[in-house]
Amino acid sequence: MSTTLDMATTELREVNTMLQTAAKAHANENYIITNARGSHAMACGLDGPLTVNVKGSTGYYCAGMNKDATIIVEGSAGPGVAENMMSGVVTIEGDASQYAGATGHGGLLNIKGNASSRCGISMKGIDIVVHGNIGHMSAFMAQKGNLVVLGDAGDALGDSLYEARLFVRGTVKSLGADCVEKEMRPEHIEILKELLEKAGADARPEEFKRYGSARKLYNFNIDHADAY
Amino acid sequence: MCGIVGLFLKKDELRPQLGDLLTDMLITMTDRGPDSAGIAIYGDEAEGSVKITVQSDTPETAFADLDAAVCAVVDAPVTIRVLDTHAVLTLPETVEKAAVAFLEERGLRIMGSGASMEIYKEVGLPKDVARRFGLREMGGSHGIGHTRMATESAVTTMGAHPFSTADDQCLVHNGSLSNHNQMRRKLAKKGVFTRSENDTEVGAAYISSRIAEGASLGEALEGTLTDIDGFFTFVMGTRNGFGVVRDPIACKPAVMAETDDYVAFASEYRAFADLPGIEAARVWEPEPATVYFWER
Repeated sequence: MSTTLDMATTELREVNTMLQTAAKAHANENYIITNARGSHAMACGLDGPLTVNVKGSTGYYCAGMNKDATIIVEGSAGPGVAENMMSGVVTIEGDASQYAGATGHGGLLNIKGNASSRCGISMKGIDIVVHGNIGHMSAFMAQKGNLVVLGDAGDALGDSLYEARLFVRGTVKSLGADCVEKEMRPEHIEILKELLEKAGADARPEEFKRYGSARKLYNFNIDHADAY
Repeated sequence: MCGIVGLFLKKDELRPQLGDLLTDMLITMTDRGPDSAGIAIYGDEAEGSVKITVQSDTPETAFADLDAAVCAVVDAPVTIRVLDTHAVLTLPETVEKAAVAFLEERGLRIMGSGASMEIYKEVGLPKDVARRFGLREMGGSHGIGHTRMATESAVTTMGAHPFSTADDQCLVHNGSLSNHNQMRRKLAKKGVFTRSENDTEVGAAYISSRIAEGASLGEALEGTLTDIDGFFTFVMGTRNGFGVVRDPIACKPAVMAETDDYVAFASEYRAFADLPGIEAARVWEPEPATVYFWER
């Protein structure tokens, strides 16, 4: 059974309080949010098992700081969706705006459409699967986790990258500083296969290329001064 | 932070609703820019006439018999429509220059002029600005609007957007420009002058000067990517439509929606929530460093 919250009659703050209380109760309930009308900070700070279906598009910072909850946006998401996510699954049926999944520590962010610039910036362990394309400066300073892109990547992919793995099926407009193409080893095929399955993505792991850090910017080296 | 909106109607049946739809979009963007608001609306045109929108802080005295005074100077028929602190004077296009010079001499602030464009902008909350001018009741083919949170110049009527630097052309902007003083000096050398200290007005003057030199709207907007430094999402209104361009870094938000009836632009999706048929619209984020425009 699911509870419907209509945002035409219920304030955003009240909706978020109800969802946060339900998450804390660990009752694993289902909620449906109608008339989201691009609201900011929708379903953010949920730290327990809970399923939330948002009908329509959301604004800034939807599903931020998510932990254990499953959130599905049946529309597009504004800037900063699933920012600093810890665990759980956030699915965006449409497109996501800039810095989707920024600083995420864990869980899965599944974007069925395109993501724009700075997707996965400073990611710290989250898995992000984008079924479409991603914009420029994606995975900038990404530290840990996996970014999987079924479409194309924009300029400066993986600039100043640490240990996150980037898998791109389409073209990469340009690689950022210290980001290089790497060999796809059997363990990477395994990781990718599992992620594609989890995200319900129609693609084979063998079609992807892997990108990662050349590890030349980790420590200051006078010979690399031009690269800074 | 600022909020910008734009609406271009593809069907004439919706023209009477333009002001109403744009007003809702503008008010929704209040928390992005609560200090002033403005709108440029492209409405009815009369063959051979031009409309000049002027503003005064003392409208009762400034607009009393203004039409007769202008008529006496330009020796042509003049009509006046007063809306709060603004007045729209309609007169033959052949006497536009003389009329503008006379109005400026009388201490009136020129908001803009053109065959179809009228500009209304004031300090205050967007809902109050909209009510004072009766924006909801206005019809037209397209319009752009702005809610301002000032960064680059004082909170005054002249610092509010849209900025018009040529007939029927105006610009709204979210962001801040870094080389506006240098660009202002460059434009001044070519005889192009701005009326305020505002960075956006320089952007508007740059685009209009390029169009005056023969560039298309698309080419002029393309030029901003190489000649203007800073953060910007620009929406430029012209007599026939509007254009959109974002700087290559594109940190200022932008979203667009298109249906068979209209093309809409906004800083955030929230501004689209009341548009008819938005559920079925194609919604997308304009790409960085890419020019988009719609013209009839």
